[in-house]
Amino acid sequence: MRIDGKGLVDRSRPVRFQFDGIGHTGFEGDTVASALLAKGVRLMGRSFKYHRPRGVLTADSAEPNALITVGRGGRQEPNVRATLQEIAPGLEARAQNAWPSLRFDAMALNDLMWPFLRAGFYYKTFMWPRGFWERLYEPIIRRAAGLGALNGDPADGRFEKAYAFCDLLVIGAGPTGLMAALTAARAGADVLLVDEDSLPGGRLNAETHLVSGVPGAGWAAAAAAELADLPNARLMTRTTVVGAYDHGTYGALERGGPDRPAETFWRIVAERVILAAGAQERMVAFADNDRPGIMTASAVRAYLNRWGVASGQRIAVFGNNDDAHRTARDLSEAGVEVAAVIDSRADATCDLADVPFHAGAVVTGTRGRLGLRQITVKTDRGIREIDADCLAVSGGWNPTVHLSCHMNARPGWRADIAAFVPTAGSVPGMVAAGACAGDFSTAACLRAGQEAAREALGDLGQHVPPAAPLPKTEDTPYRIKPLWSVPGKGRAWLDFQNDVSVKDVAQAAAENFRSVEHMKRYTTQGMATDQGKTSNVAALAVLAEVTGREIPETGTTTFRPPYTTVSVAAFGAGGQGAGFAPERRITSHGAAVARGAPMIEAGLWRRHSYFPQTQENHWRQSCDREVAYVRQAVGVCDVSTLGKIDVQGPDAAAFLDVVYSNRMSTLAPGRVRYGLMLREDGFVMDDGTAARLGPEHFLLTATTAAAGLVMRHLEFVHQAHCPRLDLRLMSVTEHWAQFAVAGPGARALLNDLLDDPVDAEAWAFMACGPVTIGGVAARLFRISFSGEHAYEIAVPARYGESLFTTLVRRAEAMGGGAYGVEALNVLRIEKGHITHAEMDGRTTASDLGLERMISGQKDCIGKTMAARPGLVAEDRGQLVGIRPAGGDVSLSAGAHLFDRGAAVGRETSRGHVTSVAFSPTLGHHIALGLVAGGRGRIGDTMRLVDHMRGVDVMVEICAPVFVDPDGSRLRG
Amino acid sequence: MRLSCPICGVRDRREFYYQGDAVALERPAPEAGQAVWDAYLHVRDNPAGSRRELWQHEAGCGAWLVVERHSGSHAVTSVSLVHDRAEETGA
Amino acid sequence: MVDLTDRSPCAGSLPLRIGTLTVTEVELGRLTTVSPFLGQRRLSAQRMEAAHGIPWPEPNRTTGTDAARAIWFGHDTVLLAGPAADPSLAQSAALTDQSDAWATMRVSGAGAEAVLARLVPVDLRPARFEEGHTARTLIKQMTGSVTRTGPDVFLLMVFRSMAQTLVHDLTEAMEAVAARG
Repeated sequence: MRIDGKGLVDRSRPVRFQFDGIGHTGFEGDTVASALLAKGVRLMGRSFKYHRPRGVLTADSAEPNALITVGRGGRQEPNVRATLQEIAPGLEARAQNAWPSLRFDAMALNDLMWPFLRAGFYYKTFMWPRGFWERLYEPIIRRAAGLGALNGDPADGRFEKAYAFCDLLVIGAGPTGLMAALTAARAGADVLLVDEDSLPGGRLNAETHLVSGVPGAGWAAAAAAELADLPNARLMTRTTVVGAYDHGTYGALERGGPDRPAETFWRIVAERVILAAGAQERMVAFADNDRPGIMTASAVRAYLNRWGVASGQRIAVFGNNDDAHRTARDLSEAGVEVAAVIDSRADATCDLADVPFHAGAVVTGTRGRLGLRQITVKTDRGIREIDADCLAVSGGWNPTVHLSCHMNARPGWRADIAAFVPTAGSVPGMVAAGACAGDFSTAACLRAGQEAAREALGDLGQHVPPAAPLPKTEDTPYRIKPLWSVPGKGRAWLDFQNDVSVKDVAQAAAENFRSVEHMKRYTTQGMATDQGKTSNVAALAVLAEVTGREIPETGTTTFRPPYTTVSVAAFGAGGQGAGFAPERRITSHGAAVARGAPMIEAGLWRRHSYFPQTQENHWRQSCDREVAYVRQAVGVCDVSTLGKIDVQGPDAAAFLDVVYSNRMSTLAPGRVRYGLMLREDGFVMDDGTAARLGPEHFLLTATTAAAGLVMRHLEFVHQAHCPRLDLRLMSVTEHWAQFAVAGPGARALLNDLLDDPVDAEAWAFMACGPVTIGGVAARLFRISFSGEHAYEIAVPARYGESLFTTLVRRAEAMGGGAYGVEALNVLRIEKGHITHAEMDGRTTASDLGLERMISGQKDCIGKTMAARPGLVAEDRGQLVGIRPAGGDVSLSAGAHLFDRGAAVGRETSRGHVTSVAFSPTLGHHIALGLVAGGRGRIGDTMRLVDHMRGVDVMVEICAPVFVDPDGSRLRG
Repeated sequence: MRLSCPICGVRDRREFYYQGDAVALERPAPEAGQAVWDAYLHVRDNPAGSRRELWQHEAGCGAWLVVERHSGSHAVTSVSLVHDRAEETGA
Repeated sequence: MVDLTDRSPCAGSLPLRIGTLTVTEVELGRLTTVSPFLGQRRLSAQRMEAAHGIPWPEPNRTTGTDAARAIWFGHDTVLLAGPAADPSLAQSAALTDQSDAWATMRVSGAGAEAVLARLVPVDLRPARFEEGHTARTLIKQMTGSVTRTGPDVFLLMVFRSMAQTLVHDLTEAMEAVAARG
């Protein structure tokens, strides 16, 4: 029911929305909860386990009950709190966890079964027969239990992540936060004020008292307006700080709207933080305290004062502290009938005329199937039944300590307010102030906000102004006598979302789950989406009572981020599709794609797999043709993805002797040498080439996969082990586009294009040097990965695409053409060249037949450990070639090798296959592998088994070089 | 988490690469023996307290850093350049 | 003779205009990393100033103008942008031609900072990151260089091979900022 003249909603702006298929009209400024309450709708959901009817409990983000699903398709969002969801034209909200309907929910039968479904029932009931859990029990339980469901479509709302920096972060824009932000911002600090509500002001918007002679909401609006005008202050609404992390980093979730990103996850870095998160009112546990219509007293006040809504027609108030009386007073002044004020304190007084008052009384039970109808009150004069459709309950206030505990601190107990408060210094750089620190009056909050800001200004090294006079406002003392649960029969609920009652906690304690962490897990108390914000403290108080301990001794469970639910889509924002990882494109990317080449991933790079021609319908046809180009004519391949590292300086050669196992200092300028790098533990790290471009200038190559690793390793060795060696390292991978030109026609092709031709004498195998092509300065390397007469030519990347196209066109004219990485791989396997399939991090130089590449004349990284007996043992897996014994059969990488006649099993494996190809040159499959003592087994027949692919064939072990073993084609 | 790079200033931990214990800086002589080498490569303390770690400001200036960090509180008490330290000790 | 044609890293994908923001490709001229050898920093700085008229930048700073700019580029490394490096510098520093290694984009317009706040984990508030300040940092997942050249103008550099990815990431960030109005 709307009350005329009350509330901050704009009555001139009606908004239509739907709840469970029924149209409703609210006003701008309404939440789904306030708009439904205004229409007298109390039933908004069903509980998790027993499917008990649920109405709204709070007016804020702590809401455990009124969870709804909004939107459709990829924008469907389950478990949205009706207390936060603002209404908007066309908003479609639905109740959840009820079938067939909210009013008649078949699963409510669970509620009649409750004696069997209490805490621990899973652990006791579904133990046998053994197999039934997965097949029967779990599926049934999963269907019955739960909250809202995802619809399975990909989220299509826009989610984003962003960084923010500030001098001072103020968390919460209630009286404390506003005063703190004003004080600091007026003094010139860069202030970020964050609040999860759509309207700054906190409780000021929900109360009637005056601040500086104007309503609190008006004062808050003026403060927010002043902040908005200051260039050094930012106010973020609808944003919840969800986590406090190391070194001044905070996570925050901003809720969006139809015209903005659905959610933004902020990483905020602040030098100082004022936690002004306020306090949360808690419930009292009594029998059937969960019916729709039973709400926190502060929520009833908030709906009345902020939204102009009476939560019922006849409202009773039950509390254990002075604050509860405010609700009765505000209702009474607004003309709403107050059925009774029930205060558990025997010495309490009530100054409201015309309101029945019961001191020293408690509510012991309630009635009403789908909503509250009547309460039972036990007074010192007996039991009374009182008709009421709404009961406002206040069990006292809990400071919102969560963020202060995210770095492993525990809050401290304050007996005078019967609540936990943040421990000072628990998060470096953060201070708690105001209600969050246990100061509950508005005047105390303003004072604390100002003081905290002045302290922060001092810490920031900024000018601290004298304390300005504070606005005049209420300074009512807070008086409370703890009341956690009302004894009696029936179920008195603590955790409304997970259906945990006082009996469940007592049962946990009786079964010796006395630690608060054990009790939590046994009963599921506080484990729902609301994380027990309205119930945890009461639950541990009950636990303390039944175990005969004090509350501080019983302790709290651990507070962990996030403070409130954050969708996975927000955490993963920007990571879908092309945002998953950067894509590195070679300069020939466009030209390759235009030729129909599939691009495959090699780390972040995309490389051309093969270049299909029209009559080809299988990649092997293309690959075989491309291999033949190189073996018989000439092929061109983009090899720009190899890591290229420029090393310059007087000590460059000496440094390379440290990082390569073989000697590089003896390399002559204009020559290239194959090199091997070891890890310090003696295993092979990477291989590549070093080209000596000048006496003090080398260019190294690293494999595509290990380029980043190698660069980091070189920097480390230089900075850590030999900083006095005078040299500089610089990656030049991106500056050069590099192409392999390979095959018998390679020299002829190049000489058609180079400004000055190369000859066999000056450009012998492993020569390098500058050339020009079309007037462009280029580098040429006479190196070969295929085993053919081959070169690699590098030009500045801007010319890459043009050179690739030119080279390919010329190669095609010579009966060759472009080849991709599939053919590249076949060619290197034919030649027995290794890649990271062989250098798998477990192989040594000796395993790979490269033991002679560890120079005996000098130390190098990895040399000492490479000499360990276990790393050079002859029975280690050694690199061998593998070919079918007899006619061609398909081989498979990853297959294991066994001795003839031996059993096939893990223990009898003698090695495995690392690389496989069909060799069009030889007309059959070939492979490389690591076989125990393999070099001594050349010519042996072994059994190759791959259970995954159903391969079981006999193979012959052979030398790992299949084509041109004497290197005549290479050098020719 | 944030680290203060001596060259670039305080930066987000995403810019840094974590390597491991700073014991990796104390490379033994080749003839130090298998036990010393084994300890250097494989044996690590795991203290609940202050520890020296190697990080590289990989996405920033590229410098390798020695970071003293408390494994309980995560408080960082010092960050220095590996290069400077190596120069001082004559490595 | 062969006629090789050149292509810029962002050819075909820039300029980009969304809301109040513009992204354009920038041709900085020759790019040379200058890394002084041991103990030669001062000498390199003198030669840089003598030959190119621009002071050696301190860490996280740039010097010079659009014609010749020195951008601090890492520990012991400065990127000389504009002219070809004077040969005298090669006596005291390692010079490496990087002219084709980087894609350089200019992001300009109101909200440029908000766009970068979605991609860069560095404090870019005007008081902390002034005109002439630069940072080697991450741009989303890419290592790169960010320089402020005006109140609402930034130069971004990423590896050439990732130019498309930066255009994609900027597009998403600009759309998100523009959507907030």
